[in-house]
Amino acid sequence: MSDAAISIEGMSKRYRLGQFDPLKDLRDVISGVLTAPFRRFRSKERRAQSHAKEGEFLWALKDVTCEINQGEVVGVIGRNGAGKTTLLKVLSRITSPTEGQASIRGRVGSLLEVGTGFHQDLTGRENVYLNGAILGMTRGEINRKFDEIVDFSGVERFIDTPMKRYSTGMNTRLAFAVAAHLETEVLLVDEVLAVGDYEFQRKCLGKMEEVGRQGRTVLLVSHNMASILNLCPRSIVLEGGQLTMDGPSGEVIESYISSGGSAEAQANWPDPESAPGGNLARLKSVRVLSEDGTSGSDLDIQKDILIEIEYWCVKEGAQIVTAFHLEDQMGTRVLASSAMPSANLADDHWWNQPHPVGLYKSVCRIPANFLNEGGYQLNVLLGNNVSSVEARLDQVVAFHLFETGGMRLERSGMVEIGGKWIGVVRPKLAWQTEQIEESNARDQSHLDASG
Amino acid sequence: METSEQNTPTMVIRPSSRWRILPVVELWRYKELFYFLVWRDIKVRYKQTVFGASWAVFKPVMTMILFSIIFGRLADLPSDGVPYPVFTFTALLPWQLFSLALNTSSESLVNSRGMLTKVYFPRVIMPTASLLAGLVDFGIAFVVLLVLMAWFGIIPTLAIVTLPLFLIFAIATALSVGLWLSVLNVRFRDVKQLIPFLTQFWLFATPIAYSSSLVPEKWRFVYALNPMTGVVDGFRWALLGTEGGFGPHVAVSAVVVVVLLVGGLAYFHKMEKSFADLV
Repeated sequence: MSDAAISIEGMSKRYRLGQFDPLKDLRDVISGVLTAPFRRFRSKERRAQSHAKEGEFLWALKDVTCEINQGEVVGVIGRNGAGKTTLLKVLSRITSPTEGQASIRGRVGSLLEVGTGFHQDLTGRENVYLNGAILGMTRGEINRKFDEIVDFSGVERFIDTPMKRYSTGMNTRLAFAVAAHLETEVLLVDEVLAVGDYEFQRKCLGKMEEVGRQGRTVLLVSHNMASILNLCPRSIVLEGGQLTMDGPSGEVIESYISSGGSAEAQANWPDPESAPGGNLARLKSVRVLSEDGTSGSDLDIQKDILIEIEYWCVKEGAQIVTAFHLEDQMGTRVLASSAMPSANLADDHWWNQPHPVGLYKSVCRIPANFLNEGGYQLNVLLGNNVSSVEARLDQVVAFHLFETGGMRLERSGMVEIGGKWIGVVRPKLAWQTEQIEESNARDQSHLDASG
Repeated sequence: METSEQNTPTMVIRPSSRWRILPVVELWRYKELFYFLVWRDIKVRYKQTVFGASWAVFKPVMTMILFSIIFGRLADLPSDGVPYPVFTFTALLPWQLFSLALNTSSESLVNSRGMLTKVYFPRVIMPTASLLAGLVDFGIAFVVLLVLMAWFGIIPTLAIVTLPLFLIFAIATALSVGLWLSVLNVRFRDVKQLIPFLTQFWLFATPIAYSSSLVPEKWRFVYALNPMTGVVDGFRWALLGTEGGFGPHVAVSAVVVVVLLVGGLAYFHKMEKSFADLV
């Protein structure tokens, strides 16, 4: 036997698309039970039937084969819907594969979310035990680590207070603290590092690094390339359910980004039935344009950038709001914006107003000479009344800003490294210098030294 | 981590639809989670209520008073020579356990969607834990019954030693129905609409307000197909010394429960792997 901790062979997972029809399903169940004794004779017919249905299915994973050795920390990269979470779900036995198989050696801990099963009526202390048990820890283990967990979370003062009195931040901290102390041989982690405030995130990253050094096998899904580079020596890329790249993280991320990265300059959903969204609103399209109207993923840094979000209001009177997060290609959040009046330079009179049913377009203008050169991607959110998110699509469109000479410097190294400005943004700011006083600088320094 | 190469457990994941009844080894591994879920359900049940656990007393006692007035006094139904309040309260004990299980077990999977889609555990823990949490209510009500029996001067016979058997019988009945309903509820939310009606219907199809001796002899076997009749008759026999006990009717009820339970477990495990996709 090889020393593979996780070995996946030809794993596929199929989901049924579209609305689930309970009546049809009930008919299937009943007829299934009734015809079970005669199934042998009907198999041909059934096969024909299932073939006809093929179009209604989506392969979330398609023939994935991969081996991960004992003690390896492997990053899983890919855009939304590429099958990353499905892979983790299949490996953690939450859902079963349609084809193929996998074997995992050792106890498996899966962190698809932190704080699973937290009950708001229970105290922090009680929830630590409950959540720990849900993640697969024994009571003894939790007892042993309890102080450490509470200490890590930084909520000791509130540990005997019901969780419903906790702030969202405290909730997350406690949740992550429990998760961080899960000590299984194999750990499957899905994007849980993107929680909490900056300081806490750093603490979590530190903990993850520690985990990586303990010789445990980790599979880490993240959109944040910086943390993948930091934590995972090896990475795999999933695209459309298929494993397309596998190798050292540096190389994999580089070619992933240069291959157009995760998304295109626009995304469309022509059919409101299947478009992302809920009962109130559906997303129709997201586009990135240059101010001169040219669409495409390569944009001029000296021109304004337009973010166009089209959506359907499908319920009369829904108060629909839109927002986006902008990330650089390493996954760092650059900014977030929405049309709320206090954050809007223009006037958007549809903001938070009841929408008649129909098609709408929100456009946001990001000024020229503001973002730095490089690749960006957008997470788009469609919500109702600011309070509930109807749809959230991460990395739905991507674009690349190119320097077109507006702010070229001589190679000074003062504000520029390798021809690129230092920093996440590259704004043109107002500078002025004036002389305050006429005096002899050398005399001044002489005085200072003696005084 | 210190485990040697040989005893590191290997888990194989494949698209199986193998029929399983009860994965005993695996359930044993998850006993802690089971414990914590029961504990959670008990802790949370009466949180933020004024009367707290007194509800476990109020509910059966109020029902008993209501039944005593309407069926005992007004309708003057016979109660096999036992004071009517004790007669009906004895039946209400297992009934409350059953109806609570019907409600909580059937909703247990749907209510724990967050857990089902984010962590693995043997799913059968969920409806079972919410059922067992109801035993606390049962225990409290049982004390009330003892008080009531003392009040009416009823001394249980030696048959009381068989009570645990009938309690297991009651739990098995509740579990068998709860399993079926919980699985069906994942697929068809109609179950939620069905439950109040089903509970009401079942209450009157069970000898709680009346004695099963009212049912004509030739229908008794059909009547016993409702396993709760066996449970209730058993409870009355064990505690009050009425007729019934280990008769042929109870046997019919027991067979029904075993069939329902084994079928329910098999169906549950058959469907288990698709819960996360359907819930």
